[in-house]
Amino acid sequence: MQSSASKRQDQVPPKTLSDLPVGTHGVVRGLCGGREFIGRVAVLGFTVGAKVTAIQNYGRGPIIVAVRDTRVALGRGEAAKIQVEVMRDT
Amino acid sequence: MNGQIQNPLTVALAGQPNVGKSTVFNMLTGLDQHVGNWPGKTVEQKTGEFAHHDRPIRLVDLPGTYSLTANSEEERVARDYLIRERPDVVIVVVNAAALERNLYLLAELLALPVRVVVGLNMLDVAEQQGIHVEPHVLEAALGAPVVPLVACRNQGLGELMDAVERLAAAPGAFKPNRPAIRAAHRPVLQEIHTLIAGHVPRPYPEDWFALKLLEGDAEITDRLRQAAPEAWERVHVLLRQHEDAYLDIAGGRYEWIGRMVRAAVVHPRAGAVTLTDRLDRIATHPLWGLALLVGIFGLVFWLTYTVALPVVNWLDGVVVSGLSEGLRTILAAAPGWLSGLIVDGITGGAGTVLTFLPILVIFFAALGVLEDVGYFARAAYVMDRFMHWMGLHGKSCLPMFLGFGCNVPAVMGCRIVEDRRARLLTILLTPLVPCTGRLAVITFLAPAFFGRAAMFASWGLVAVNLIILALIGIAINRLVFKGAYTAFIMEMPLYHLPNARTIGLFVWHNTWAFVKKAGTIILVASVIVWGLSTLPGGDVERSLLAGLGRALAPVGRLMGLGDWRLIVALLTSLVAKENTIATLGILFGAGGPGSGLAQQVAGVLTPPAALAFLVVQMLFIPCVATVAVIRQETGVWKWTALSVALQLALSLAVGVTVYQVGRLL
Repeated sequence: MQSSASKRQDQVPPKTLSDLPVGTHGVVRGLCGGREFIGRVAVLGFTVGAKVTAIQNYGRGPIIVAVRDTRVALGRGEAAKIQVEVMRDT
Repeated sequence: MNGQIQNPLTVALAGQPNVGKSTVFNMLTGLDQHVGNWPGKTVEQKTGEFAHHDRPIRLVDLPGTYSLTANSEEERVARDYLIRERPDVVIVVVNAAALERNLYLLAELLALPVRVVVGLNMLDVAEQQGIHVEPHVLEAALGAPVVPLVACRNQGLGELMDAVERLAAAPGAFKPNRPAIRAAHRPVLQEIHTLIAGHVPRPYPEDWFALKLLEGDAEITDRLRQAAPEAWERVHVLLRQHEDAYLDIAGGRYEWIGRMVRAAVVHPRAGAVTLTDRLDRIATHPLWGLALLVGIFGLVFWLTYTVALPVVNWLDGVVVSGLSEGLRTILAAAPGWLSGLIVDGITGGAGTVLTFLPILVIFFAALGVLEDVGYFARAAYVMDRFMHWMGLHGKSCLPMFLGFGCNVPAVMGCRIVEDRRARLLTILLTPLVPCTGRLAVITFLAPAFFGRAAMFASWGLVAVNLIILALIGIAINRLVFKGAYTAFIMEMPLYHLPNARTIGLFVWHNTWAFVKKAGTIILVASVIVWGLSTLPGGDVERSLLAGLGRALAPVGRLMGLGDWRLIVALLTSLVAKENTIATLGILFGAGGPGSGLAQQVAGVLTPPAALAFLVVQMLFIPCVATVAVIRQETGVWKWTALSVALQLALSLAVGVTVYQVGRLL
């Protein structure tokens, strides 16, 4: 509910995959974390520009996202290392 | 067909997980396959031989990996094989329903000097998802043969092997469209290339070596540091300025994939809700998912014991007893020790253990179905939040599920946990899952010990066992690993119909470990136990085993187990957990399990002591076969010793507590 019109004018806090509500789409903007982590998730398709959709996100515990026609479960901590830009609904 | 004997072709089978690669392997090779480990690795190696158009073919199944970067031992094994052994052709199996992600492995393969045929599998599943793939268009884009397959229905495998044969016959004709790296990193790749020219250790291809250096690949970096320290210094400086290269290279590969599939794949309209999504709303829900998991496991156990127990009782009562009687008659003229060794030692020990086979077959068949339809990943997902308390993640649950059948394949199953620290902890905890053997002892003794409350007591014992497992996990994570944490990243495959052949092999695989240990370790141990129980005089009461039991009686008394026979029964469970019953049978002089043995044992125990006995039996040192695989999988004796010491201390501590507290109540 934070993305009211007035708030959007200000600097929007960077969103991560763990904040993506169920059913919304996002685009990966960056990854943080160690080389090994980046290696593992980039291979699964989480590269800059990749489109992701939140399939399940209950606010705690692991989440499920769809990326490149596959479903991937990620721990909340891992999801928080993937920065995304939320896309307006098509 | 030219009738001549031709040189065998060596073909490697590559593919990401969940693409049906093992189905392709099994369909091509049949049961003519050899399963072992890659030399010096705890990674399974499968090879098989068959003929196609009279041409002998040796098929090597590479570990299922998402890429060829040195992220895991599987990936190192796969790429080492391709680089060192140079197979004639590589088949890469891809899942048509997840084509983009699957082609990533192909993008990596094409950086190596290999000839590749793409097996486009699961076209039926893709169609169900509304994804339409044109194999010819994809083939034209890739410049590599693409063969459509539905491997589980044996469709397209002949054509696949035809394509392999054609490629092997004309290797020069293979001119694929290889992915190039993005313009931004081309100059630095060129620079690295120049710096390492002539310094690349054999047999690595120089182009590939340079690319992996830029990716920051740990193994390749080490190789260069050892082989050419001066070149390494200069490359190292360069790499420090390009630490972001990996993500960019991966992104570039996905761009290349995007171009390859653009014309070949038609996607469904966005937002279509698939069957998998609908099922997952329940199966991965934090609450319903957990309820479903408990329900499914309840059902699996109910099914296993309802169907298998009558068979086990029949095997034990009719087959093994009959065999013993028959052997005793045949050996009547032979010396007493020989008849004792064969009848009481071997048949009564290893033979009795084998009667548990039906339980294992049915349990693993049920698990095999769950695994094959894709439910295992959901179970791991649901359990993830609980596993976090132990510093583990959901994947560690999967070997533990196997543990309810037999701890031996369960410990081997810990290989799926990527991180070494998490894998060691999972290996340490898995033997605390009560296996069929232990559950059988409980099932046998509980009715006599607790009467009508037996069912309740049995479930309580299993629950206590699992709570202890969790507490130990939490404690070790806090004390030894200082709360370190491993990443949970796991693909959730689409649900699909189970394949009988895949399930059959799953059962065979997991049960074979048990049969093998019954035929080897348990056989030898049975003979030793029998020897100790007869030597020196042939009288059990005055045997070495009895002496050992009496010597340990003071410890037993703390748990209300002053009777040496109970201590000996616990000690022989080291051979195999279910041996406890067989030993009690011998020592209490019963005709065999079933003739009031449980009541006789209950007679010498007070209720708190009876409970203590079962608790100790559940938590006691893992059986020898499990200890052997713990050593094999961890590669160090230290962890093996720790595992044994932990369970010994644990069983004694909990046993004493249960008895002493129970006595006060």
